[in-house]
Amino acid sequence: MDSKDTTSGKNLLERGFGPVQDGRDASLRKADLSSLSISISVKNLDFYYGSFHALHSITIDIPEKQVTAIIGPSGCGKSTLIRCFNRIYELYPKQYATGEIIMDGRNILSPREDLNLLRSRVGMVFQKPTPFPMSVYDNIAFGVRLYENLSRAEMDERVEWALRKSALWKEVRDKLNQTGTALSGGQQQRLCIARAIAVKPEVVLLDEPCSALDPISTAKVEDLIDELADDYTIIIVTHNMQQAARVSDFTAFMYLGKLIEFDTTDKMFTNPIRKETEDYITGRFG
Amino acid sequence: MNKQQNKEHAPGKGHGNRGNMLDVLFTSAARICALLVLLIIIAIMASLFMGAWPALRKFGLSFLTSAEWNPVTEQFGALVAIYGTIVTSIIAMVIGVPVSFGIAIFITELCPAWLKRPVSTAIELLAAIPSIIYGMWGLFVFAPFFGDYIEPWISDHLGELPFIGPFFSGPPLGIGVLTAGIILGIMVIPFMAAVFRDLFEVVPPVLKESAYGIGATTWEVIRNIVLPYTKTGVVGGIMLGLGRALGETMAVTFVIGNADRLETSLLMPGNTISSSLANQFTEAVGEIYTSSLIALGLILFLITFIVLSFAKFFLLRLTLKEGAKT
Repeated sequence: MDSKDTTSGKNLLERGFGPVQDGRDASLRKADLSSLSISISVKNLDFYYGSFHALHSITIDIPEKQVTAIIGPSGCGKSTLIRCFNRIYELYPKQYATGEIIMDGRNILSPREDLNLLRSRVGMVFQKPTPFPMSVYDNIAFGVRLYENLSRAEMDERVEWALRKSALWKEVRDKLNQTGTALSGGQQQRLCIARAIAVKPEVVLLDEPCSALDPISTAKVEDLIDELADDYTIIIVTHNMQQAARVSDFTAFMYLGKLIEFDTTDKMFTNPIRKETEDYITGRFG
Repeated sequence: MNKQQNKEHAPGKGHGNRGNMLDVLFTSAARICALLVLLIIIAIMASLFMGAWPALRKFGLSFLTSAEWNPVTEQFGALVAIYGTIVTSIIAMVIGVPVSFGIAIFITELCPAWLKRPVSTAIELLAAIPSIIYGMWGLFVFAPFFGDYIEPWISDHLGELPFIGPFFSGPPLGIGVLTAGIILGIMVIPFMAAVFRDLFEVVPPVLKESAYGIGATTWEVIRNIVLPYTKTGVVGGIMLGLGRALGETMAVTFVIGNADRLETSLLMPGNTISSSLANQFTEAVGEIYTSSLIALGLILFLITFIVLSFAKFFLLRLTLKEGAKT
């Protein structure tokens, strides 16, 4: 990929909000919504935290093998929305969703859905790095071992693959047996991404993956997102609009639990239809 | 005049003195409190040692290895009591640790919200029951039941097995080392379960979420995330339980049978250090008898000390093995 452009954190600001200017081959990935196959189809999704109605009838089609950014002010339901895609909210009492989320023709909100299997198909990376209290190697092998019975050699290969894919291999190849918590923050976050992709999911959810990272680590993670989109459907929640503009193919704008607008990133950042979107993107509120 | 004023209004001048005084006072008070603990430990150690000296001088190392405890001939050895103490504690741990784990995991991970508080409260209540009540319950309720229904089965089925057979053969008396161990196990459960529960609750939710997020089951999350994350505390909790099991007196005295004979079988009566002390101190006559009992106390003190040191050492090794933690 022509990702060199994005690595230099220096010109992040110069690049501004404009449509993605990183020279990425737009025609390849940035097609029209209608011509892409759909990975996740959300229909009339409502979400409740107890009596608080957090998401109001969200309907959105997330395209396959594209980067979809979800932006919006704090508390608008961005994270809540992606937490529905792997039903991680079910760990907590009194949180529930109604409506439909269709993946591969099945409604994943159905109680019959195998949660562990679902979560192996939908990986997730959180705001703060969450390395497990074990070695770097085991951090990655842990998820793989849950589903696949690999020989030592195959596992080594898989771990290396995941670490290479997440641009971490060179930094940790000599530290595979050290504890994952001893890595730097940026490395930990890439380790978490490596862990998420090592189980070969179809969808990777990123919940503000860069908010705890320095600019250089952020640039590395953004490169990584760019590259991962060749194989995975990526959904990224971000507060940072430049980041959304840089990394995503499609952008959804949410406000107060509602989906206001969803279109290609180019269109959203240059010529949004809704006034709220324009106000938010140009910084008039939020 | 002018100069004087300037000095008075110099920064930090007005209140500096008073703060200093208070701080000095506070620091020394805290230091005295800390030193007091050290002093008490040294005083207890010293008086135990002095009290035990006549017996130690008379019997030497054989005090530790002799199983004879005869007040009439004034021959004393601690082996029966040491053996009983250690064996009952091991039984208590074998029962207590897994059950406490189960309770703590159920409360923190599996329990529906409405059941959480009742179960937690029940555990705290269990911890608040005085040990003498456990002893009475053990003697009047548990031991007869155990002797009538469980022990015959144990000696019929396990008594014949190679290797472990000798531990489980013998008459079903109800009271004995095994019964004491089980009662001890029940007694340490609330302590360990409460500690484990508090530990498991501090595991960051996002850490658990990320494990669930790659599709781990509850068991896998506990086994691979919660336990490694809390292992230092878990070892500490086990030690707390073990400490209580080693030193528990009343409940054990009720059900262990207080026999100063060394028996292989766990179904037979035995003795522990603390129950020997409780039972015999009032009737101890003569210097050597009293001194031997104090020597028993010293040994209990040392056992607890060794267990604690071992735990510290073990934890140190764990942290070293992990390398630097951030």
